This record gives sequence, C-alpha cells and structure tokens, in this order.
Amino acid sequence: MMGLIPLAVGDPTTPTAASSASQMGATPFIVLSAILFTIGAVGVLTRRNAIVVFMCVELMLNASNLALITFSRANGNLDGQIAAFFVMVVAAAEVVVGLAIIMTIFRTRRSASVDDASLLKY
Amino acid sequence: MSEALLPLHTVAPFVDPTGADGVFSLLWLVIALPALGAAVLLVGGRRTDRWGHLLGCATVVVSFVLSVILFIALAGRSDDDRSVHQHLWTWFTSGSYKVQFDILYDQLSALFLLLITGVGSLIHIYSIGYMAHDDRRRRFFAHLNLFVASMLVLVLASDYLGVFLGWEGVGLASYLLIGFWQQKHSAAFAAKKAFVVNRVGDIGMALAASLIFATFGSTSFKVVSENAHNASKGTLTAIGLLLLLAACGKSAQFPLQSWLLDAMEGPTPVSALIHAATMVTAGVYLITRSNFIFSIAPDARTGVVLVGTITLLMGAIIGCAKDDIKKVLAGSTMSQIGYMILASGLGVAGYAFAIFHLLTHGFFKANMFLGAGSVMHGTNDDVDMRHYGALRTSMPVTFLTFAMGYLAIIGFPGFSGFWSKDKIIETALDQNVVIGLCALLGAGITGFYMTRLMLMTFFGEKRWEKDVHPHESPKVMTVPLIVLAALSALGGLLLVGNWIVDWLSPVVGSEEHVDTTLSPWVLSALAVIVVAGGVAVAWMLFGRRPIPREAPTDVSFVTRAARVDLYGDAANEELFVKPGYGLVHGVMAFDDGVVDGGTVGTATALGHLSARGRMVQNGFVRSYALTLLAGAALVLLALLVVTW
Amino acid sequence: MIGFWLLAPVMVLAALAMLFVRKAVHSALLLAVVMISLAVLYAIQDAPFLFAVQIIVYTGAILMLFLFVVMLVGVDASDSVVETIRGQRLFAILIGLLFGVILVLGVAQVSVGTVTGLAAANDGGNVPEIAKILFTKYVFAFETTSALLITAAVGAMVLAHRERFGPKQTQADLAAQRMRDYAATGKHPGPLPPPGVFARHNAVDTPALLPDGSAAPESISRVLAARGTVKNAPELATDVARLTDDVEDAGDSEEAGR
Repeated sequence: MMGLIPLAVGDPTTPTAASSASQMGATPFIVLSAILFTIGAVGVLTRRNAIVVFMCVELMLNASNLALITFSRANGNLDGQIAAFFVMVVAAAEVVVGLAIIMTIFRTRRSASVDDASLLKY
Repeated sequence: MSEALLPLHTVAPFVDPTGADGVFSLLWLVIALPALGAAVLLVGGRRTDRWGHLLGCATVVVSFVLSVILFIALAGRSDDDRSVHQHLWTWFTSGSYKVQFDILYDQLSALFLLLITGVGSLIHIYSIGYMAHDDRRRRFFAHLNLFVASMLVLVLASDYLGVFLGWEGVGLASYLLIGFWQQKHSAAFAAKKAFVVNRVGDIGMALAASLIFATFGSTSFKVVSENAHNASKGTLTAIGLLLLLAACGKSAQFPLQSWLLDAMEGPTPVSALIHAATMVTAGVYLITRSNFIFSIAPDARTGVVLVGTITLLMGAIIGCAKDDIKKVLAGSTMSQIGYMILASGLGVAGYAFAIFHLLTHGFFKANMFLGAGSVMHGTNDDVDMRHYGALRTSMPVTFLTFAMGYLAIIGFPGFSGFWSKDKIIETALDQNVVIGLCALLGAGITGFYMTRLMLMTFFGEKRWEKDVHPHESPKVMTVPLIVLAALSALGGLLLVGNWIVDWLSPVVGSEEHVDTTLSPWVLSALAVIVVAGGVAVAWMLFGRRPIPREAPTDVSFVTRAARVDLYGDAANEELFVKPGYGLVHGVMAFDDGVVDGGTVGTATALGHLSARGRMVQNGFVRSYALTLLAGAALVLLALLVVTW
Repeated sequence: MIGFWLLAPVMVLAALAMLFVRKAVHSALLLAVVMISLAVLYAIQDAPFLFAVQIIVYTGAILMLFLFVVMLVGVDASDSVVETIRGQRLFAILIGLLFGVILVLGVAQVSVGTVTGLAAANDGGNVPEIAKILFTKYVFAFETTSALLITAAVGAMVLAHRERFGPKQTQADLAAQRMRDYAATGKHPGPLPPPGVFARHNAVDTPALLPDGSAAPESISRVLAARGTVKNAPELATDVARLTDDVEDAGDSEEAGR
C-alpha cells in the first residue's frame, strides 16, 4: 500500500513550475476529477428535481473530461484532448434530447420530480 | 438309527415319474373342472344364481369320480411304478431357470386327491341345504370351487413354485370364505387376521423356494430330490426350518396359530372343509412331500417335533375352556394337526402315520363340524353350548353321527382315530420319551374336552333359548353326515396289513422295523387308560353337575388363560400389532412433518423470502441509482484489493 | 500551480453547494462556476482549444439551455428538504463517501510516471495539431458524431412538437370566440387594460385605475404581484401637489437649459 495520503507521484522537481504548470504532476488533477465525479454521483442520488439531476450528470461528465485532458498531458499526445472534445459534443446532443424529454413529461404531468416515475414498483 | 446302513435313496427316495398316458391323461381335468366352475359362477354373476349351486357340486363330484378312477389305475400298477408326470405347459423361463406347470401324480397325491374331492363333494352337497336361505349362495359355491381347484394345484404340482401357487390360492379362498358374511365386522376382521398371519408363513415358503433355487438351480421335486444329499447340512436345515414356518402359517401351528379360532366366523361348511379337512393339512403335505430334505436334516426335524408337540398341547388346553362349539372343534383341529406335524417330524418312521392320521382326521373332523352345523341349524344358529343340552332326542341322526366322530377322535378302540393316533404315540415314544408322554397327555386332554362337548350339547338338561325348537336337519344335510360317520368308524381299515405304510413307502422311504421297548398292545392299552381317565374327569365335572347358563367367573388360572387362547392374541398384540402401529404412525408423522413439511416449508420460506425481497423494487429511480453506485464502489474495492 | 490550488477548492465548494441549494436556478449558476474553473484548468494544462470550447459550448450553450428549461418548467419550484425515500440520503452519503475514498485512494496509487507534457505535441500550435489528428485519425468518429448531432436536433424537434388537433384558428375565429365568451360568462371581450393609465410612470409595475379610483388587477403581471413590487397607484394619484411641482421643475430646467 503506497500510503494513504495522495502524493504527486512522478512529480519532477522543477521549482519554477508555477508559470506554465506544464511540468506539474498529474495526480492532483486526477484526484480533483475523482472528487468532482463523486459529488456529481451523490447529487444524482439525492436531488429530486429532474433538471438538477441532469446537471449533476453534466458535472460527472466534466470531471471525466478533466481526467482525459490530464492524461493527454501526461502521455504527451493529443488523443486525450480529442476524446474530451468528443465527450463535449456528445454531451451537448444528450442534453438537447434529455431536456426535450423532461419538457414533454412536464407538459403532461405538470411535475418535474424524478420520484413520480415509480410505476415499476413491486 | 439304521439310516446310515441303507442306500440313500431308500431313505429319501428320488422323485422319478413316468409320463402320463392312458387314463392318466385326464389328470388335468381334475383341477380344470372346479376351476372352470369357479370361473363360470364368478363371471356369470346373477344369471347363474338359480343353478349355480348345482354346477358347483357337479364339478367337484365329477372330479371325485375321476380321482377314484385314477386311483384304481395307479393301484393297478406295480409298486415301483406309481409316479406319473403330466406336462401341461411351461410357466415361465428366466435365464437358465425354467418352471414347468406340470402335474405329479403319485401315491401321496392320490390319497390327497381322494380326500379333497371326496370330502369336498360331501360338503358341497351339505352346503346346498345349509346355505339355502342365503342370497349369495351362488358366490359361496364359486369360492368353494376356487378353493378346491387351488388345493388340487397345491397337491398335484411337481414343483415348489406350483405348490406356492396353490398355497396362495387356498389362502385367498380362505380369506374370501371366512369373510363371506362381509357385513359382519367380526367376520371381516377374522378374514383379515387369517390372511395376515398366513402371510408370515408365506414368507417362509417364498424364502424356502428361493433358497432351494439358489442351492439346486431348480425348484422341481425331481431335481431337488436327486441332489438333496449334495447340499450342506446347514443349507438343508435352513430350508427345512423355512418350510416349517410355511407349514405353521397354513396349519395354524405355534407361533402362527392365532387365526384358526377366529376363522370360525365363516359358515360351518367352510370350517369343515377348509379349516379341518384340507387347507390346514397343507402344511403336513408340504413337510411330507419334502421328506427328501427333512430326512437328512435332523435339526430341522427337531424343530418340527417341538412345534408339533407344543401345538398339540396348546390346542387341547384351549379347547377345554371354550363355550363356542365351533371354537372347541377349532382348538381340537389345532391339536390334531399338532399330532400330524409331530409325526412328520419323526423321520421316515412317521410320515406314513402322519398321512394316515390326516385322512382319518379329515373324516371325523369334517363329520363333527357338519354335525355342529346341523346343531346350529336346529337352534337358530346359536353356537353357545351353554344354550344347548339334551339335543339327542330332538336331533337323533345328528347325535348318532356326531357320536361316531367323537369316538373316533378320542381313540375308542376300533374306530379310525384309535389306529392313527396310537401309531403316532408309539412312534413318538420310540424316539423320545418326553415327546411321547406329551402326546399321551394330549390324548387324555382330548378325551376330556370332547366328552365335555358331548355332555354339554347332547345330554343333561335343556338350556334352550326362548324361541328355539330344535329339529332334525333336512336329508341333504344328514346324508353327508352319515357317510362321514361311516368313514370315521371304518377309516382304520387303511392300516390293515400295514397297507398305508407300504403304499407310501416309495414316496417317503422305508426303514427296518425295530422292536420298540414296549409292545404295541401295551401301549394301546396305556393310551386307552389315559383317555378313559380324561373322559371320567369330564363326566365328573360336567355329567353329574348341572351346567350353568352363564360362564362362571371364579375359575382357575388355566381356565382363564385358555379362554383367551393362552394369551396368543395378547402376545401378538403386544409384540407385533402395537409396534406395527407405532411404526406406521411414526412413518406417517415423518412423512407429514419432515418430508411434506420440508417441501412445503421450503416453498413457504422461499415465498416469504421473495415477499421480503421484492420490497427492494420500490420503483424509485434514485434507489436504483444508489444500488448502481454501491455496485461500482464494490467493483473499485475489488480492483484495489487485487492490486495489494 | 497557483491556479490549480486556487481553483480546486472553489470548484469543490461550488460542486458541494450545487447539491445543497434548493432552487434549481442557483444550482445551474454554481455549475457554471465549476465549468468555467474547469476551462481555466484546461488552459493551464496546455489545451487552449478546449478552454475555448468549454466556455463557448459547455457553459455558453449547454448551461444556458438548462436555464431556459428551468424557466419553462417552473423557476419557483424548489425541492423540499425532506427526503421521501427512507434511508436514501443517509446511504447515498455513506456510499458516496465510500466510493469517493476508494476512488481517490486508488487513483493516488496510480503511478503516472513522468509527465511528458504537450510541448512537443503542440509544436505548430494546439489548434492545427488537433485539426491534424481530428481529420485523419478520428475522421470516422467525427463523421459519426456529426450524424449524432443531426439526430439529436431532429429528436428534440419531434419531442417538443405539439400536435394540432383542430384547424388553425384565424383572427376572425378568435374574435367570434371572444364575443361568445362575453355572451356566456361576461368576460371582457377587449384587450387587457394597459398599465400606467393615469400613472406617473408608464411602467409595468403601476396598475391602471378603474373609473371608481381602485386599481385594476388585470393590468399588472401576476408575477410582479406575487413578488410584491407593485406600486400603489391611488397614493400616487393623490399626491397632486408633488406632481405639479415636478412638472414645473421639469419645465424650468428645460427653459434654463435653452
């Protein structure tokens, strides 16, 4: 076990890393991404308004985008950035359709609560 | 004694029959006719009601005529050529085991055929009158014919399996006839009891047949008799004891004697034919036919002798305390068959006398049973002797014929029983003094209880019920009585010139006659004295004093014990019936609780589990999302754990 | 470095706050904070193209779309704090914590190795390099994604489409309907009174006055009334003195100015 406190592993000892931060370690970014992802997940579980739930899903997607870009920098090629780009595009398409669905449901049911769709219960 | 010096096959002769030609080709008809009669009467149903009884009689009478013709033909042959074999068909083949359904007709079978069909005919004719008022008379004759056919199969089979077939057949017929008056609970119970106890004996028969097959590779008498001396002593003893068990069941010997007294629930002709003359003698037939096994297995013979002795005393004691006329006669039957079994266990010397006594007993016991039936007919079917008394004037023919039987059974000099029973006592004393003395004692007790019966029924004061007007029975009933009485009186003729011994020696073997310690005449005189003593005691107790109408309660321990069949029923109840019920209840409880409970319980438990389990599906997306996250956390945990 | 360590706490706090605020609009705005901070982080990590795309597309388009729908669905609607599913909140927090801890621990143990950096990859500019890869190596994905976008747009139109169940009502039909309603229920057939008649301001927050001097409730937007920002017209009307002074002052200043 490598230790309970996350360290910036693989962090090169550059004292002037503040300017470009290109030599900064990857781990802090990954950890941040993990934290944001978790917060997004808990948000999905806890909020009842369908739109807020959707927003938490967007947060999770953004967190994974951050991880992708960090790894792109770590590996030295732009594939991660391309992936992040595609994620953004797909997220956009998803939001469009998802919000249209929420709107339609709201029109018929007059309620945007996630808990209302509970017909598949025992 | 001198068995070792004689060639083996004269001690235990081989069964070596010749083919059936000439008049012997009609052998199969003897069985076929009663069987056909039974089939027609049972299948025909109510249509045959009007003439059913006549057909039933006709078949057995024709069988009797045939038996006489066959007997004469057999007697006409030379001494060593009296064994005839008729092949009917192959019953079944199983691998190398082939069982033929064949007939073996030799001297032993000839005598049995005459007894069965002769006494059977007389009883059939008697039943026309006795069952005249019964609606189901036709069915009665059907069952009687079935019985006669099965008994004939039993004595004519050439194979242990054929004997077994007849064995089971007579058991079935006995069940049907004991329980003939089905609506009476006591009759149904008695029939069931008889069948169940017989079943225990049948186990012995089945195991014996299996052991014989395992030892000799075949169950035919021919093969077994030829190879018996090759088997080990232990095997032969085992076979012998198993055959003894079978005989005990069918002949109501100790320890399977409890059914015979209950069997008196059946109509009197049934008691006469089946439970006196023929079926109960099947055990004696079996042991005599298996002489090639018993003669070379002395331990098995010891068992036979012991069983016979115990039973002859037991039956006699039981007979002393019964007030039911038929039960006294039943106890007497048990005792007399004990004599026969005892004789057949005495080895080569005794078989012929066992058969001789069997024949004479058939005559006088059937005679007495039919006489009892006649008495019952005259007293509105009352069996309690305490309600009889002074019947000799109202029913003279019955009285006289009954008296013939009585004199025969107690061994009055000159009557048939005197000759047959004395020979048995003589042979028994020869081999073992204690056994002989027991046999002698049995004779004395026989004199006692038979005299008691005669005194209570025919002499003394009238103790009749209110609406009883005793009258003589019709001719159709009294004529058979007369015939049987004559046979009871004259049956001793079979011993003239040692005829029966010589007749049977090719079947059962012969041995040198060794002089006994006591001369036969002294022995006979001794026996007569003992019997006279028994008669005198009975006269003192029952002839001189008035007989109470209610059975007295302050009696000796022996009387009390004899009234309950010497605790035979109580012993069966405690040893077998109660544990049996306990076992059945236990198994039922196990089946209900454990097996059913297990399966149903599992189903119920699963149902409850699923009822609880389905609460997880509450329909809320957020709960499902929570489960998703938990699963994802577990996967992560697993990945982490693996990399440690 | 500094940028990261400044922005990271802000982002986390904003994300957490997004969970706890009650109004949906506030959640949307906090998400905007997170997204913009993320854009800055992308810039820090040598991804200027994505920095721009994040702000323009994600924050500018997608989040605004969210806000539109929030407005349409019900901006007033707020989640009640009480949780309806038993144990959901507790278990959500517990499992979320568990998940988070495991994830962070796992991630922390990953040895990324030396960070290569994008200096070589961005040689020639980030955008041309991205373009180079996008239209060669990932051109198929690109085409598929464009098909996806078209499908999404069509899908949104289909979903939002309201079916017309009768013929389109012309102006004549509408006018006839107004007359019929007036005949049946007495509903006023004309347009709603405009606000600010005899008002100091031609403003939407001043109600019109009825002939008897009371305020006409139909002349004020329901929302404003609910908010309580409606000015009291009768008060204004009685303050004539002040009104005339104002008019005079206005006239004087106008003359002085000429």
